[in-house]
Amino acid sequence: MELMTAPLIEERPIPKAKSSSGCLKPHIEVENLNLYIQNNHILKNINLAIPDKSITCIIGPSGCGKTTLLRTFNRLHDDSVDVKITGKLFVDCEDIYAKDAEVTHIRKKMGLLAQRPCSLPMSIIDNVVYGPRLHGVRGKRKLYAIARHQLTAVGLWEEVKDRLKSPASKLSIGQQQRLCLARGLAVEPEIILGDEATSALDPISSKTIEELFLSIKDKYTIVLVTHTLRQAKRIADYVAFMYMGELIEFGTADQLFNHPKHKLTREYISGGFS
Amino acid sequence: MKKLEEKIFKFLMISSTVLILSILLYILYVIMKKGLPSLSWDMISKIPSGGFYLGKEGGILNAIMGSLYLIFFSVVISLMVSVPVVMYLNFTLRRRSKLAAFARLTFDVLFGIPSIVYGAFGFTVMIYFGLQASLLGGIIAISLLIIPVMIRSIDEVAILIPNDLVEATKSLGATNYETIKVITRQLLPGISTAVLLSIGRGIGDAATVLFTAGYTDSIPTSLTQPTASLPLAIFFQLSSPVEEVQNRAYAAALVLTIIILTLSFAARYFSRRLSKNKI
Repeated sequence: MELMTAPLIEERPIPKAKSSSGCLKPHIEVENLNLYIQNNHILKNINLAIPDKSITCIIGPSGCGKTTLLRTFNRLHDDSVDVKITGKLFVDCEDIYAKDAEVTHIRKKMGLLAQRPCSLPMSIIDNVVYGPRLHGVRGKRKLYAIARHQLTAVGLWEEVKDRLKSPASKLSIGQQQRLCLARGLAVEPEIILGDEATSALDPISSKTIEELFLSIKDKYTIVLVTHTLRQAKRIADYVAFMYMGELIEFGTADQLFNHPKHKLTREYISGGFS
Repeated sequence: MKKLEEKIFKFLMISSTVLILSILLYILYVIMKKGLPSLSWDMISKIPSGGFYLGKEGGILNAIMGSLYLIFFSVVISLMVSVPVVMYLNFTLRRRSKLAAFARLTFDVLFGIPSIVYGAFGFTVMIYFGLQASLLGGIIAISLLIIPVMIRSIDEVAILIPNDLVEATKSLGATNYETIKVITRQLLPGISTAVLLSIGRGIGDAATVLFTAGYTDSIPTSLTQPTASLPLAIFFQLSSPVEEVQNRAYAAALVLTIIILTLSFAARYFSRRLSKNKI
């Protein structure tokens, strides 16, 4: 078992003991989370502990609240007026919905990979260094080094090194998704959130992205929402199954796919419904 | 039968396009034919001297400069108002909120209000504040006229900006202000089109400036002085009984057209350069 090394732990008192999941120490812990949109109860009393340095996949049928749950992790619901959230969500033992929690600081810890890649309206290199620039990194050489490092990490460097100044929108959609990953990694997050990050990509590009996830999971906590069971089977260490806004089952990939405890889980993974 | 239908529609489409194009070309032709002979260097480099309106020496530099001043400051003011309004409508309010819908309806109504109404409104405001017809009055009236144009045309583009872009920026830890900077980059081509449309509407409008800016033979040196403008220069000269002066009106119209065309091409050029990085 590895202890968390995030500096926050040393500075702040740990609000509560963290061992609810019995596996590794949880990086993200969700406690009695409820989410309402207008008066619809979308997420119902979610309790979940996501271990660090592993890939956790959230699976479930369409409309079950997977994406909504993922978006609570970096407070993307903040701007929606009619969303109400109750409960607690700890990242590195810090309650991110606490009153004094600072949203940009929380978001900096997490890279988000959307369903369709969304490059920023600027050049390739500016896309990668946008985050570092925001957070105060200056100096051409430094930024170039960051860009090179992150683009290499996502396997894009060789493809774009001669046209770093050209618009990011000129890249193919698969390349753009890798660019978005590089952009997310450049702010040095601890967590990567993927919202069906490969569903808009062709098979080869999505395989590249999957392999990337596998290759970086020893450094990051990766949480993926996915529609494809096969993808979850290929890459997940832990799997959470959601149905109608409830978390039905959470466990290691082996547990959940081979020995599901819940009837609904069994039906879902055997293709009983989708 | 089907074939005949096809043919009729094809004929309709082609003939109306040709009709419109030929009318536009004819307008240009008339302005050029009547205006070019009167267009001289003096015309665009001198202000009217005594007896100009009877066919003597002088030019319309006062009106050219007046119009440029008026439109430049109006566009700057309108931009400073319109961009924040569009940002608020699209990115702070929910896109489908009632207030946003109401605001859009209002802007559409304002868009459709005839310019003489803005002129009259500006005039009452000026009387209220004890102002006389002046450059400032003209700028305010033209700004009122073009703000709805600008807001609606920037809004048309802003509404298309994917929410993904906002979220992508925010999830990198950007604050609202930094997000808006990124959005503005994406909006730049839209903004330049909006500026162009507003210039077109503002610079050619006579009714708004008639009461508010007044008319004078000199180039204004302060905001409180009255100023001439090209549309009014055309109007006054065209209503003169002297034929030479009438022809100068066409020359002034030609100058106005050239200014608008130049600005259009410039805006298109910059818009293309700015949209290079657009996603």
